[in-house]
Amino acid sequence: MNRIQALFAHKKRDILNIYFTAGYPQRDDTGTVIRSLVAAGVDLIEVGMPYSDPLADGPTIQESGTQALKNGLTLALLFEQLQAVRRETEVPLVMMGYFNQVLQYGFDRFLADCVATGIDGLILPDLPLYEYQTTYRQQVEDAGLCMSFLITPQTTPERIHLVDELSKGFIYMVSSAAITGAKQGISDEQVAYFERIAAMDLCTPRLIGFGISDHATFTKACAYASGAIIGSAYIKALTAGESVEKTTRTFVAEVKGTIV
Amino acid sequence: MKTIAVDERGYYGQFGGAYIPEMLYPNVEELRQTYLEFMELESFQREFQSLLRDYVGRPSPLYLAKRLSERYGVTIYLKREDLNHTGAHKINNTIGQILLAKHLGKKRIIAETGAGQHGVATATVCALMGLQCIVYMGSVDIKRQAPNVARMRMLGAEVRPATSGSQTLKDATNEAIRDWINNPEDTHYIIGSVVGPHPYPDMVARFQSVISEEIRWQLEAHTGRDYPSAVIACVGGGSNAAGAFYHFLNDERVRLIAVEAAGLGVHSGESAATSVLGTEGVIHGSRTLLMQTSDGQIVEPYSISAGLDYPGIGPLHAHLIKSGRAEAISVTDEDALQAALDVTRMEGIIPALETAHAFAALDQMKYAADDVLVICLSGRGDKDLDAFMTYLDRVEPLGIHSEK
Ligand SMILES: Cc1ncc(COP(=O)(O)O)c(C=O)c1O
Repeated sequence: MNRIQALFAHKKRDILNIYFTAGYPQRDDTGTVIRSLVAAGVDLIEVGMPYSDPLADGPTIQESGTQALKNGLTLALLFEQLQAVRRETEVPLVMMGYFNQVLQYGFDRFLADCVATGIDGLILPDLPLYEYQTTYRQQVEDAGLCMSFLITPQTTPERIHLVDELSKGFIYMVSSAAITGAKQGISDEQVAYFERIAAMDLCTPRLIGFGISDHATFTKACAYASGAIIGSAYIKALTAGESVEKTTRTFVAEVKGTIV
Repeated sequence: MKTIAVDERGYYGQFGGAYIPEMLYPNVEELRQTYLEFMELESFQREFQSLLRDYVGRPSPLYLAKRLSERYGVTIYLKREDLNHTGAHKINNTIGQILLAKHLGKKRIIAETGAGQHGVATATVCALMGLQCIVYMGSVDIKRQAPNVARMRMLGAEVRPATSGSQTLKDATNEAIRDWINNPEDTHYIIGSVVGPHPYPDMVARFQSVISEEIRWQLEAHTGRDYPSAVIACVGGGSNAAGAFYHFLNDERVRLIAVEAAGLGVHSGESAATSVLGTEGVIHGSRTLLMQTSDGQIVEPYSISAGLDYPGIGPLHAHLIKSGRAEAISVTDEDALQAALDVTRMEGIIPALETAHAFAALDQMKYAADDVLVICLSGRGDKDLDAFMTYLDRVEPLGIHSEK
């Protein structure tokens, strides 16, 4: 069974998914970050493929991506780094990036390298449902990879059902109308949206992301979904921190509320 | 010949589509479902036509450039989009889109701009309609197109600098898209060229198509023939070219010449000649030709002209060029500057730096003596006087009339 699906089969709540930008802070930190996240007890990891023009991302993720590219990270190198960590851990790994990166690398080649590396899922926010459904779905599913699509407060019920049908593993529920890292706290309006979606009884589990940054927002999001996704807040911590291991340990403990 | 048209999903051949994050889907879908019907509404047509006539000053003249014709040994007409209110073709599109935005009940308008002409045209229609206006502009462009920044301020628009990447048009577009993601309910994004996700390329081309509609009947009045041998236009994203080509797309008697910016030279590493340097990919929500690395990272372009300093081209143009329907010519900074000077001194018209590229293409084109060429004079060059003065100081350090 795919590691993402296995995770959601045995864990129904409080799933912590952390996003990081590969090749950041240093080019060869990818492995260290993943090891540290696993050691800290993170359930699922999103590997951000740094991109020159990340349209859905706020300044924190943009800047980390720019730095990673300056550090010399390429997709080919990233796959090598991931192959090395994959020997040490069974944590589910999701590749997140922009469609143009995959298109240039070659869609078939990208899928093949994901399979060879032991990647479990993909998130490509600018690959539209329509194109996926008509052109890419079969290949992705044949490769045994879980594709996650996004829903937002503005997504219509009809379209949410389509997302539910096309997503495997989990649905990425964007917490508010925003780019990554933009908002602080969770408003009543957002809670109403979380409740509305929870009441839809979708087949695919949901993780809530965008604007989740600490114990309070993580716990609140977890009340309405299987778990939550943190990105920008973790990258900020890495930027400010001294060692990847220590920063990660403290950050994850704070989010989980296990800090002493 | 296969007809050139956009399909329901926004594709011209393999180029186009709507590669957007889900956050933008409702807005883009709303436009997709509305734009064609809206453009056919009689109420829209009446308001659009009357604004184009009484506010913009259309039809713009088609002017026989006698001295230029003599110099090149061919008949050359200039389609005077520089005489439009605000000084470029950009206003044809912003008038159309502001009416659509009002129809959709939007209160807040955002736009990206390179040369500042689209920013000014957007700020202008927002002033006209009493809507809030925010224009994203690369920091580099804010410096090199200062007069237009001042005009936008005067018009009450807020100009927000885009400070990432090359700090030019591409980055301004990224910021505008991010703004739209953050403001999904009350905001309309007026894209300034035939780029972006479907329906923008088709919508903007339709609003600009008035250019070739007028060329047809004006040329008939001038020459007795309602089509030229060739239409020549500069291409940043490609909106003035799309408008000038539109009614001739399926008329094979008319050559379509798309002129790109070669910057310091096509292969100098400092260029924006997308049709030569670009490969197929996705930029700003559209599958098209763009300048990128083998890893799919978008390459920072360069041109002296802010309006052509863009690493992609609209999907229509990608299709026209790849299918052989249009010919692409690239022109360096230096040749564009010299062409601007020549046109100014021969015809008394100071063209925009963008447009100057279209004029410089004449030196690279083959044509017969009895051909009739139409150049889309997309805008006027007041905004570029700084760049022109720097050039003049170099080529005529003593001034043209200084005698020993
Ligand atoms: C006068 C003028 N011409 C041409 C352009 C290039 O845009 P497009 O290729 O969309 O016509 C601009 C853009 O700013 C412009 O100001």
